[in-house]
Amino acid sequence: MANYSISVNGKQHTVEALEDMPLLWVLRDLIGLKGTKFGCGVAQCGACTVHLNDTAVRSCSVPVSAVGENKITTIEGLSEHGDHPLQLAWQKHLVPQCGYCQTGQIMNAAALLKSNPKPSEDEIEQTMAGNLCRCGTYNRIKAAILTASSDSKS
Amino acid sequence: MKYLAFPKKKQQRVASEVFKATRRDFLKAGGVLTGGFVLGVSLFNCDSKGNKKGSFAPNVYLKISDSGEVIIIAHRSEMGQGIRTSLPLVVADELGADWGKVQIVQAEGDEKKYGNQNTDGSFSIRMFYKPMREAGAVAKQLLIQVAAKRWDVPVSECDTESSQVIHKTSGRKIGFGELAGEAAELPVPAAKDIKLKSREQFSMIGKATPIIDLPAITSGQAVFGIDAAVEGMKVAVIKRCPVVGGSVKSFTDEKTRAIPGVLQVVSIKGAGLPATLNKPLAGVAVIAENTWAAIKGRDLLEVNWDLGPNASYDSNQQIKELVEKVSGGEGTPRRNRGDFKSARADAKKTIARTYIAPHLAHATMEPPCALAVVKDGFCEIWACTQNPQGARDVVAEVLGFPIEKVKVNVTLLGGGFGRKSKPDFIVEAAMLAKQTGLPIKVQWTREDDIHHDYFHALSVQHVVATIDKDNKLSGWNHHIAYPSISATSDISVMQPDDGEMMLGAVDFPYNVPAIRIETHDAKTQLRVGWLRSVRNIPQVFAIATMLDEVAEARGMDPVAHALDLLGADRNITFNDEIVKGTYPNYGEDIANYPWETRRMKAVIERVAKESGWGKKLPKGSGLGFAAHKSFLTYVACVVQVTVDASGQISIPHVHYAVDCGTAVNIDRVKSQFEGGAQFAASFALKSAITFKNGRVEQNNFDGYEIIRMPDSPKEIHVHIIDSEDKPTGVGEPPVPPFAPALCNAVYAATGKRVYELPIKLKG
Repeated sequence: MANYSISVNGKQHTVEALEDMPLLWVLRDLIGLKGTKFGCGVAQCGACTVHLNDTAVRSCSVPVSAVGENKITTIEGLSEHGDHPLQLAWQKHLVPQCGYCQTGQIMNAAALLKSNPKPSEDEIEQTMAGNLCRCGTYNRIKAAILTASSDSKS
Repeated sequence: MKYLAFPKKKQQRVASEVFKATRRDFLKAGGVLTGGFVLGVSLFNCDSKGNKKGSFAPNVYLKISDSGEVIIIAHRSEMGQGIRTSLPLVVADELGADWGKVQIVQAEGDEKKYGNQNTDGSFSIRMFYKPMREAGAVAKQLLIQVAAKRWDVPVSECDTESSQVIHKTSGRKIGFGELAGEAAELPVPAAKDIKLKSREQFSMIGKATPIIDLPAITSGQAVFGIDAAVEGMKVAVIKRCPVVGGSVKSFTDEKTRAIPGVLQVVSIKGAGLPATLNKPLAGVAVIAENTWAAIKGRDLLEVNWDLGPNASYDSNQQIKELVEKVSGGEGTPRRNRGDFKSARADAKKTIARTYIAPHLAHATMEPPCALAVVKDGFCEIWACTQNPQGARDVVAEVLGFPIEKVKVNVTLLGGGFGRKSKPDFIVEAAMLAKQTGLPIKVQWTREDDIHHDYFHALSVQHVVATIDKDNKLSGWNHHIAYPSISATSDISVMQPDDGEMMLGAVDFPYNVPAIRIETHDAKTQLRVGWLRSVRNIPQVFAIATMLDEVAEARGMDPVAHALDLLGADRNITFNDEIVKGTYPNYGEDIANYPWETRRMKAVIERVAKESGWGKKLPKGSGLGFAAHKSFLTYVACVVQVTVDASGQISIPHVHYAVDCGTAVNIDRVKSQFEGGAQFAASFALKSAITFKNGRVEQNNFDGYEIIRMPDSPKEIHVHIIDSEDKPTGVGEPPVPPFAPALCNAVYAATGKRVYELPIKLKG
């Protein structure tokens, strides 16, 4: 066990954890940010996607000891009032069914739009391939990403 | 536990009655206690004349407070189908409530209060649409009576809108809150005096209403089972016996206990055999301060198992044996019409095919999890359950508590698909909480979920179709074998039960002079449960792909062929031909919900028209068709595929036509069909569970694949038949016809017939 100080959503948190504890469980069990979901534990489903600086990572596969000075953003920190263009597009297209995977989907899409504000349909599909949705909302996810990207000014 | 949990085992008519509930009832139901009035609706069984039989059991509550709040209890589980929105909106529409201000409160599990809460079998809307309308309409009538009296105007001049009563001629308005106190004193009108809205008056029914949890979901605030927490909660992760029916002989936990955060290691006695549909598997639980410590501790456990009688189970071997069985001889007759033997003897052409489909896991994105607190002889649960009453019953039984000492709170479910009808994971939490005295959250990992599911069982079928000298389909002989769901509760069961045979086997609707449906023995050596549309999946895969082959052999277009085989408009009953018992019709009286060929032909014609059936496509592309009625909903499906030189399948278009009677929330009907196509695309193209040495060979989403965005069906067009008929379900009906339509499309594109799922064209 060791103490780790990590930056999450602009706030510094000190946690005592095993060095191999995945960021996912640090966020959920130690910090209490539960918007990040557990789906597989082996970076196969994307439900736990957060941002490490501007990059989407699977928090189930990032040990807390590897976070260091990097800034973590979770769904709770994506926007102040749940009004990120993707969150609004998700609502406009009525994307969620059960909703469990959707925070991971939104975080993955947000990282995509940061690096590529106008992705093609094929780029969206390839980037979102790592995020599973068992309810089958893929087409609405794609439509919402296209809406958010066409609304963006860049 | 009731298999398939159709609302009633016997066919009974159900009627409803609105009554005034006490505030105490509502408080117990989770509402707030202020002034105003509360309405309940009861469902009760009645005889054919509509006279009440049996006890009077309230089941849904609507409250209007004297500050004007409208509070509606959602008593069914939300798992993505939108029911937490779609039933309350029915109440709100009839009432004339301001939807933006309606509060929806999720009910705990309580059969006495809410009637059936098992959210399963696509029947929430079917069963509760009318009672919900009546609840809203009665409240509206009482509020109008008070306002009309106050204004001294006829009630006929009044209406409701935005939680106000409006005097239409003068434009005067009074808010519900100001009327609620007096309305509470008025008698509830008799059933015959309840005035329901006409279709033109609906403000929400038949339109698209966003789900109430939408902003909470997109902002990460929605509370699923995994998010439930109480002060001092500990996490349990369990190492379960890898073989169903095994038990713990001994275990070594030194390494486990050395992990910081690990608190206790506790053995769980499993159900043994039969595995049951509600009790845990044998295992050893690691209880820790947090999930990671519990997972690490669990991985370091060394358990010596008695693996029991299923340790040699090999699913591929079972398939081989069943192939021999179904194609080799007579089975147990389940439906008989005419004389198949003569049809075969006289046939000009006979087509005989064997169809194979593997075991499937539900793989809900949220793995099973439950939180239990046992204190002072009371057990409180928070869980992602489809069946809070079933959970309550079994927890009370296992803990030895009276039922009223168990409370089950229902969270949002991160997917259900039938898995979360089984409360085994909730029982684990309750047992551990009682034994340790700690609040325990049991967390299943994905590996636990893939290894220890209540699986959709593998199936092997053999269909023989005969064509006579006049080019008619003269005989249909369907042989079926698979491990039965019933065997999970009773290991002596060797053949499909009547409920399973109802799901797309004995309800074969086509006009064929000789029909013979037979079943064969198949041993059950795993936990078998039901998965979204259940046995309709394999049975319709066999039927609808064989019909495509028959159409071709007869030189007919598959759509025209299906219409021709359905024949004249009529209502079908299967009862005279079913060998044992009567056709269950998904729990409904067939007089009330008939099997109408007219409606099936209408969806087929609609899907053909919308999909451009018959159009010319480039080489390597094709259209495939299938139609099937399940859960009382008529569905026809056309899938378009393109197959490249490497055998890679892409699905640019899917068209569905659906007749589900009144479509209550149009967008959620569409989303269920979009999702149903994706769900079916997973098992048609990707998913399979295999057992070797009694153990599941797949571990996670790398071995047990589900469809991902690049391979998923692209444009899914859902065409809803405009109808004022009684609503039926839409959760499951999209699933069965998709895979055979896809297989038929693959044939049209490549000339290769598919006899085994998942489809393998490569290599």
